[in-house]
Amino acid sequence: MGLRIAIGAVVLAALAVAVVLSMQPGVLPSKPPQEKAARPAGATNAETLLIQKGEYLARAGDCVACHTNPEGREFAGGRAMPTPFGALYSPNITPDEETGIGQWSSDEFYRMMHSGVSRDGSLLYPAMPFASYTKVTRADSDAIYAYLMSVQPVKLKNRPHELRFPFNKRELLIGWRTLYFKEGEYQPDPKQSEQWNRGAYLVEGLGHCSMCHTAINALGGSKESQEFEGGMIPNQNWYAPSLTSNREAGLGEWDLKDIADLLQVGVSKRATVYGPMAEVVYNSLQYMTDADAEAMAVYLKTLPKRDADPLPTSQARLVQPTVMENGRKIYDKQCALCHGADGKGHPPAYPPLAGNQSITMTSPVNSIRMVLNGGYAPGTKKNPRPHGMPPFSHIFDDEEVAAVVTYIRVAWDNSGAPVAAAQVPELRKLLPE
Amino acid sequence: MEARVQGCVTCHGQSGQGTNSGYYPRIAGKPAGYLYNQLVAFRNGTRNYAPMNYLVAYLPDAYLREMAEHYAKLRPPFARRDPGSVDPAVLARGEALVKTGDPQKTIPACAACHGASLTGMQPGIPGLVGLRPTYLTAQLTAWKVGERKAAEPDCMKRIANRLTESDIAAVSAWLARQEPPQDPSPESANLVRMPFACGSQK
Repeated sequence: MGLRIAIGAVVLAALAVAVVLSMQPGVLPSKPPQEKAARPAGATNAETLLIQKGEYLARAGDCVACHTNPEGREFAGGRAMPTPFGALYSPNITPDEETGIGQWSSDEFYRMMHSGVSRDGSLLYPAMPFASYTKVTRADSDAIYAYLMSVQPVKLKNRPHELRFPFNKRELLIGWRTLYFKEGEYQPDPKQSEQWNRGAYLVEGLGHCSMCHTAINALGGSKESQEFEGGMIPNQNWYAPSLTSNREAGLGEWDLKDIADLLQVGVSKRATVYGPMAEVVYNSLQYMTDADAEAMAVYLKTLPKRDADPLPTSQARLVQPTVMENGRKIYDKQCALCHGADGKGHPPAYPPLAGNQSITMTSPVNSIRMVLNGGYAPGTKKNPRPHGMPPFSHIFDDEEVAAVVTYIRVAWDNSGAPVAAAQVPELRKLLPE
Repeated sequence: MEARVQGCVTCHGQSGQGTNSGYYPRIAGKPAGYLYNQLVAFRNGTRNYAPMNYLVAYLPDAYLREMAEHYAKLRPPFARRDPGSVDPAVLARGEALVKTGDPQKTIPACAACHGASLTGMQPGIPGLVGLRPTYLTAQLTAWKVGERKAAEPDCMKRIANRLTESDIAAVSAWLARQEPPQDPSPESANLVRMPFACGSQK
């Protein structure tokens, strides 16, 4: 299936190449060169406020996570972004004239955010979440622009991408865009509250949540009809749970406070974030105001419920008594001290396992990874000293991992199905010792 | 604090004393500055060990400092060791390198920086006591091939470059056989005596 789509896309791309000259955007008409204002001497209060607003919005968009190399200078790019199609390297977005975006105008910046077209007219790869950023208003784009122009310029040449053929042909992106890109600013829903609309704007726009929480297909596209239904994150091998299914990370049954806490604090009474979501909280969501965190919670709670998978049948939930007994023994010895014999944990320090959707959902990947690798919640402004779980990969063999994960998926009336030892070895390779 | 560092215990032990597994090092009692530098390096990816890089990836400086200070203060008993048998000539070479170095190859003695009783030196030099040969060999090799590094000027890099593989095996074997000292506390900083300038001692 994936191959057929791929062939289809290549054909489509070939057609697109034929019309590439007519469809490829060019360079925006240049304006007379503007005086580069020598701030901060003449910096007005309004300008400072705009920059501050832009800094906040850049946080909401988590620009720093991709545009900063570990140990590198902030926003100077160069971070490798492994994709199924090869490695991309994020560009320098500091205002350096030569290697950064110092020569960009606010019009060019907005076109990049809104249409996914770079200053020179080339099409951006969708690793840049312009399919989400297109929803950002012109005013907010201008604020982010003002902020980025205010940061320290760094001279660092962009590293060329290392994509395999045919994905290194940007013309292919015309096909991708036809299939998966819908341009347009966020349109408020008049039937909903202002708070709901603010939340929707942040989640669908700058937050670019759907980049992970909507399944990515073989072409690196995500379908709007499956928005927020979850999927494996390519190359990271964590499962981004569905935000629409109450069997996964659907939040329909959560208190608003717990949703907002999970996003902004990283821990809540119901669950804790780890892995890629911990990165999002650490770099971005912890900086959201209480009002914005709550607005996002209000919106997320109302996402339509679409339970892709029915509950596993009682047949599917059958566990061999020996496996269950083994799992219980391991749990009592290694897990119960923090998570409690009753699985209720001691939230927010030690998350509950009983009734925890991230444990019972169909994909056991995240639970297996937690048992193997442990994890720390992100250190945030509201939770600067998080508790952590130790790794057990060197203590448990595959059978034991499967037994204890099976145990927590079915004990305490949890609705999960057992996992097989065969699911463990692949996940062991992710963090080689 | 003990509850917060449960994330460390399956590898480093409840009190940082290390565990039975051959690799994971004892961290208790190492200088806080050294432990902090390692935690930051693991977080920033300048020291590579995937399970550690993952665990501390999203922890702020202040908290890493607190973790480092927590383990620096602990003095759990040393585990009993089973040294196994090693060729006496190898041990003699190891002992010589540790105590006097190799002047011909301009290798200073380990003890010159890591302390007369090898318990490390404040603020940034780790103790070498209570570590297993597997860990010591792996770390020295990592320095030698450039995988492990420290703040410039990187004194350990200069030294590791001058060690041969058999030197590394000899030093590791001898160190791992030593009885732990009565007082495992690191020595206080003593810049005058150090053979090379070390970035971590600033």
